[in-house]
Amino acid sequence: MSRVLSCWIAACLGALPVAALAQSMSMQDMPGMSMPAPHDDHGSTTPPDDAQHAGHDMAVSALPPNDHVPPSPPQTVLHAMSPSQMNAMMQMDDNESIGMLLVDRLERSRSTSGDMATSWEAEGWYGNAIDRLWLKTEGERGNEGTQDARLEALWSHAWTSFWDWQLGARQDFGQGPNRQWLAVGVEGLAPYWFETQTTFYLGEQGRTALRLETSYDLRFTQKLILTPKVDLNVYGKDDPQRGISSGLSNVEAGLRLRYEFSRKFAPYLGVDWTRRFGDIDSMPGMPLVHANETTWVAGVRIWL
Amino acid sequence: MNKQEPRGFQLPRRRFVQGLALGGVAAGLGLWRGNAMAQASTPRAELRGNHFELEIGELPVDFTGRKRIATVVNGQLPAPLLRWRQGDTVSLRVRNRLKVTSSIHWHGIVLPADMDGVPGLSFEGIPAGGEYTYRFTVNQSGTYWYHSHSRFQEQTGLLGPIVVEPRDGERYPADRDYVVMLNDWTDLDPETIYANLKKQSDYYNVGKRTVGDFMHDTHRAGIAKALDDRRMWNQMRMDPTDLADVSSVAYTYLTNGCTPAGNWTGLFNAGEKVQLRFINGSSMTFFDVRIPGLKMTVVAADGQAIEPVSVDEFRIGTAETYDVIVQPSADRAWTIFAQSMDRTGYARATLAPRAGMTADVPPLDPRPLLSMGDMMGAMDHGSMDHHAMGHDMSGMDMMAMPGMAMPHANAPAEPLKTGPEVDMRVATPRGNLDDPGVGLRDNGRRVLTYADLHAVDAPISPQVDREMTLRLTGNMERYLWSFDGTRYSGAEPLRLRYGEHVRIVLVNDTMMTHPIHLHGMWSELESPDGTFQVRKHTVMVQPAQRVAYRVSADAMGRWAYHCHLLYHMEAGMFREVVVA
Repeated sequence: MSRVLSCWIAACLGALPVAALAQSMSMQDMPGMSMPAPHDDHGSTTPPDDAQHAGHDMAVSALPPNDHVPPSPPQTVLHAMSPSQMNAMMQMDDNESIGMLLVDRLERSRSTSGDMATSWEAEGWYGNAIDRLWLKTEGERGNEGTQDARLEALWSHAWTSFWDWQLGARQDFGQGPNRQWLAVGVEGLAPYWFETQTTFYLGEQGRTALRLETSYDLRFTQKLILTPKVDLNVYGKDDPQRGISSGLSNVEAGLRLRYEFSRKFAPYLGVDWTRRFGDIDSMPGMPLVHANETTWVAGVRIWL
Repeated sequence: MNKQEPRGFQLPRRRFVQGLALGGVAAGLGLWRGNAMAQASTPRAELRGNHFELEIGELPVDFTGRKRIATVVNGQLPAPLLRWRQGDTVSLRVRNRLKVTSSIHWHGIVLPADMDGVPGLSFEGIPAGGEYTYRFTVNQSGTYWYHSHSRFQEQTGLLGPIVVEPRDGERYPADRDYVVMLNDWTDLDPETIYANLKKQSDYYNVGKRTVGDFMHDTHRAGIAKALDDRRMWNQMRMDPTDLADVSSVAYTYLTNGCTPAGNWTGLFNAGEKVQLRFINGSSMTFFDVRIPGLKMTVVAADGQAIEPVSVDEFRIGTAETYDVIVQPSADRAWTIFAQSMDRTGYARATLAPRAGMTADVPPLDPRPLLSMGDMMGAMDHGSMDHHAMGHDMSGMDMMAMPGMAMPHANAPAEPLKTGPEVDMRVATPRGNLDDPGVGLRDNGRRVLTYADLHAVDAPISPQVDREMTLRLTGNMERYLWSFDGTRYSGAEPLRLRYGEHVRIVLVNDTMMTHPIHLHGMWSELESPDGTFQVRKHTVMVQPAQRVAYRVSADAMGRWAYHCHLLYHMEAGMFREVVVA
């Protein structure tokens, strides 16, 4: 320990400039620092050949020449190579593919009517700065098994500063028959920092759907963040087996207060209000769906 | 309303910010298995002469209480001080003991292109276990530095000072001469930092505006102004707190390899003139440097002598160097205080008559906010007063919208486009070199600006044959950085004809300050009216600023041209320049 200590003291006490001191002490007779000495004795330097054409540099034309010497040309020149070989040699690739996995919601919920459920919302992507493959999933699992869940696979292409096009497919599963859709949408950052997704879906038998999702981060501190979020689903056709009525089918509004222990790990508490529209309780054998529901949630947000 | 209270996060993180008093390279010395060049007893080694043996290797270090592996030269972090003499031909044999390719670039040194040390342009790099001998004549003098140009090795410690002694002796002699090399050490893997920025670009911003800030502003300026200010920024999706991509959340700031608690100390006797050669060897950090109680006379910038100018404080961009002379007259200690531009941390050192003496360490300044001038440029006709411009901007949000360039005498004929690569444009950039920059405006101290820098000698050429404009562009949300909206991977080289004299005009279309470094040739900075001012190798361009410099294309070969913020360079803010 004492050896380390003495090394460190030596290190931090400027062992470095001892020689410099000796060197600069011998220069004591040089002009003082407030008097820049004319510096015109550049025997070996090459004065600029066009110094006479001093042009508009009136203020500086009277300055002594500098000591710049152009370098000689390189002796060796690198062989030609492809951009990828070049990237490998430079160890610099500004278009390399990376991936991210975000579990935005992984939560346990309890509705005011006493129903317990586990819900998730997650997305992952992989790709370069412009083109990426996205996977998104969202769903809920209660006493009766998986209800209302979806999985989407999308190709995403950077479109403007803040918006990406997305094109792909969606599969709905859970209660009732599974549904398949083609998806086209935009995802990005709206003015005022609203994270926003709007996706249009085209399904079998002429089904259509539109999904809008937007959220906002309101910071109480750098780590305590309140996120209001609104989800809105519009359908072109009734799908009573899945509890869906045409038109504005449901609206979900949520508030989640998370604490970011780190950017990548944040537990939260929150509340959701769900409002379903239309007459959807008529199907026999379907779980009871409440037109209005308030759910309390506790969960965790994680990304990698 | 534009100043915020210092954030509370500094306190619980005290040890991380200040580091360990005992640590760094010394903690790992016992494990170093380098060659005889590793001088364990004098960690701040200095090498001089004509021939140099350098060995790149790894070394366990401990700056914060956590052991990490650094990339070092001859077992040193920073790498040994190289002392050259103007006019000498030096040879440097560099052996690479890493498991990956490495390289050393001699930053600011004019030399043949194959000696410049940029893999892929100058040479193939130094392979793992291999070596490369650099050999060139040093025709300049002053303070420079060297660093790896391979991936993130600079971030992990491969950086060191160079001092070239003038052939005719120092222009401004001093009694003592110290190198003060600043850098941003991280315990994290730089690959992790880069990936985090790519996934969430504000990952390390711990100064974002909160509800509390809004209440505070409402209380001070009224709800209308507080709302209006938010409306401006939020509509643009720009963040006035975006001062640094990487903060002290990741960094511990070092002075000559010492943490703030380690307190590197330079000794002097009262009344002596002490020359301090400041080098910013950081990967991502701008420092605002001052020595409370002492005036600093700046005598050189980027190694080149300037007309002396006396200041209280200066901002040193990544890769810049400034030589200052101070004359502490009393038998007491002074603190060298270098706070990061985002005010999340600082590097600290001490000037003292005797070892062990310390002086007060000042608190960090309040964290500043970017002004509307940083976003819009010259709309305010040169005034940088926040209060004059921040809150009386009715209708101005239109001009700030992406792509909606205002018609203006100096505005380009073609409308400037935004897109995935570019999130904003500045229609009317400001040319005010006398702006010290965000956080230093009107702070009551005399702060150095580029307008203060005047060379003591003539420009390389007074002639300008042609002018080219490059826009500094980026998309903060996507963490993409580029010149003219094209990242390096998609860009053709910039071609200069050998012997021509080019004026390069840089216009910063981003909200961040970029230190732009051209290899191989000097960047001869001009005043806004086109007069030569000073010769630099790295030029800071502030947000919404226009900066012009002349380049004499007198160096044949292929050269790198890039933003010296390491992660910006990796993310595409890089071009090849071909002189042929």
